[in-house]
Amino acid sequence: MDLNYSPDELAFRDEVRAWLQAHLPEDLKEKVATYAHLSRDDLLRWHKILAGKGWVAPAWPQEWGGTGWNVVQRYLFEEELGFAGSPPLVPFGLAMCAPVLLRFGTEAQKRRFLPRIYHGEDFWCQGYSEPGAGSDLAALKTKAVRRGEHYVVNGQKIWTTLAHYADWIFCLVRTDAGAARRQEGISFLLMDMKTPGITVRPLYLMDGGHEVNEVFFDDVSVPVENLVHEEGKGWTVAKYLLGYERMNTGRIGESKRQLARLKEIARSRLDDVRFRDRLSRVEVELMALEITNLRFLDRMRRTGQPPGADVSMLKIKGTEIQQALTELLVQALDPLASDALAAAAGRRYLSMRKTTIYAGSNEIQRNIIAKATLGL
Amino acid sequence: MNFDTSEEQQLFSDSVRRTLARDYDFEARKRTLASEAGWSEQVWERFAEIGLTGLPFPAEHGGFGGGAVDLMGVMEAFGEALVLEPYLATVLAGRLVAQSPQARAILPAVVEGRLRLALAHGEIGARHRVDHVTASAWMEGGHWRLEGEKAAVSGAPMAGRSVVPAQTSQGIELFLATPDAVRAYRALDGTVCGDVVFRKAKADRLGGGLAALEEALDFGTALVCAEAVGVMKSACEATLEYLKTRKQFGVPIGSFQALQHRMVDMFIAQEQARSMACLACSKVDANDGPRDRQRAVSAAKIRIADAARLISQEAVQLHGGMGMTEELKVSHSFRRLTVLAVQFGDADHHLARFASL
Repeated sequence: MDLNYSPDELAFRDEVRAWLQAHLPEDLKEKVATYAHLSRDDLLRWHKILAGKGWVAPAWPQEWGGTGWNVVQRYLFEEELGFAGSPPLVPFGLAMCAPVLLRFGTEAQKRRFLPRIYHGEDFWCQGYSEPGAGSDLAALKTKAVRRGEHYVVNGQKIWTTLAHYADWIFCLVRTDAGAARRQEGISFLLMDMKTPGITVRPLYLMDGGHEVNEVFFDDVSVPVENLVHEEGKGWTVAKYLLGYERMNTGRIGESKRQLARLKEIARSRLDDVRFRDRLSRVEVELMALEITNLRFLDRMRRTGQPPGADVSMLKIKGTEIQQALTELLVQALDPLASDALAAAAGRRYLSMRKTTIYAGSNEIQRNIIAKATLGL
Repeated sequence: MNFDTSEEQQLFSDSVRRTLARDYDFEARKRTLASEAGWSEQVWERFAEIGLTGLPFPAEHGGFGGGAVDLMGVMEAFGEALVLEPYLATVLAGRLVAQSPQARAILPAVVEGRLRLALAHGEIGARHRVDHVTASAWMEGGHWRLEGEKAAVSGAPMAGRSVVPAQTSQGIELFLATPDAVRAYRALDGTVCGDVVFRKAKADRLGGGLAALEEALDFGTALVCAEAVGVMKSACEATLEYLKTRKQFGVPIGSFQALQHRMVDMFIAQEQARSMACLACSKVDANDGPRDRQRAVSAAKIRIADAARLISQEAVQLHGGMGMTEELKVSHSFRRLTVLAVQFGDADHHLARFASL
């Protein structure tokens, strides 16, 4: 065991850092630094710059555009992206739909969708949650009935992030209402958002932002070739995906940047031992999370298996840290102050409360570890 | 960067675990704890037989030249078994001796298991500040003499020699000496400690001063972290087992979500602690300069101290009244974690150092 970077790894990091410095557009960097709204064009512009360099999907197999980097290189790259203050890479296509297609998709599906995801030609969103199926995802009711070569979909999804930007949505739908176990009647469907019968309605959150939506399906016709894996096996697909999803919720590079920025902003407050110690404890949590994350990656590398249920701890700790950093930021800036940065930080504080709720609430993550890892 | 365990490290930690499983079950440990000496010389001999007393020392003195990463598995196994013998004290003092001209005379006996050492650095009122040294040393008739008192010295009563920092005209320097008096006592976790007194004791100058002592204490702190991870593992496993077997209201208490989530938080704290122990051990071996090392070690100790408190307290709470009894190992783990959380600096001490770097 040696947790020090080798000269080769440091050289790789420097190469990435230099490239990012040269290619991350200033206006995007500024927007990220000031917590400003990022438009669809902003997100896609950055996606395409990385795709042009061949760096947009390092974890994919090389034949589909992956970089062939090892675990440490991939981690360093992500950390540099976050640390440089680049816009987020929207995960729904790159890190969610694509791994599912790579694992369960047909050759035709891979050829049809993967290159377009890679080049940012399709913007994807995720149709999981429903009004009656949040933490209890298997209670979902959106129904797909097979009619010849099509499924006809009726129902509603909610909390659909960036559905108003999306060209495509991947959905969990119920194809067999009579299945013995609720999990058995679910299928994984891909839908073109332009299909007649799909309606997107915005939900504005307490920070005033429009990020999530309700999506309604009214006799939406979906070709059967858009079914991924077998009919009724959607729960298997979802479970596979959830592990990867939680792998990506640590956001360590991003949190490191927030921490550095917080230290800059709060410099005058670091004499205050109470503030300083709170900050140090969060920093230590982040250091521990970083190593824990690397241990998970290392285990995946050694076993060749997707992360186990205990990966939920990355989601729990990562989101707790993001929230703690935002709280300290607000405290350092004074939420009642008149300047734009304080106001943006205040909105960010409001917005970040979502992190312990989304992608499986932290209580559900604890249930998962209790059951699957600890056997309780 | 990698997390691989070398073949040698694996062999060592396997043989330690085998030895502990055979000679150090909880009942045997309880007997040692209740004995007058509070430790077992036979166990120490076993440690020497399997090479543990040579592991951290240079090959030229009969050792294996192991670093903190090599010792991690050993310390974790010691933590799981709640080993009472003063291994860490001998390791830390011995490493300081290893850099000195006295190494040739002292270390072979240590490696063979005939001699134990102590690191007598703490003083009353020092509050973990390494540079708080009032003991003094001076030359007299061609010999160094040492005067002063050191407090809470782990393993002092069974140590043949002690490494002692003292003020000289050149600042703080390290000496090797034998105390004139040792007041032995048991620490909160039952391990044997002593307050020691030097009255113009004859001393050997080791060379090396504050920087060497700080490095040794950082090395020791990293190993304390590894040991704590072992204790946490044992406390978590015992608690999990209890949740699965203890029935109330006709069901295992582990079926209650209120307890499940607390168990999960203990498990996460243990994993975070393990990560930080890896970081600390790796950084004390790396030689990247004091700042990197101190930062990693202090960060690790903060996390481990917090995790030790959470896990020890929750382990007892989830065991209910049984967790309070001497009969169950979990109460012994509680005491050891309480001591490890403070040893070489508590969370507050390391928060202050972390922020100053």
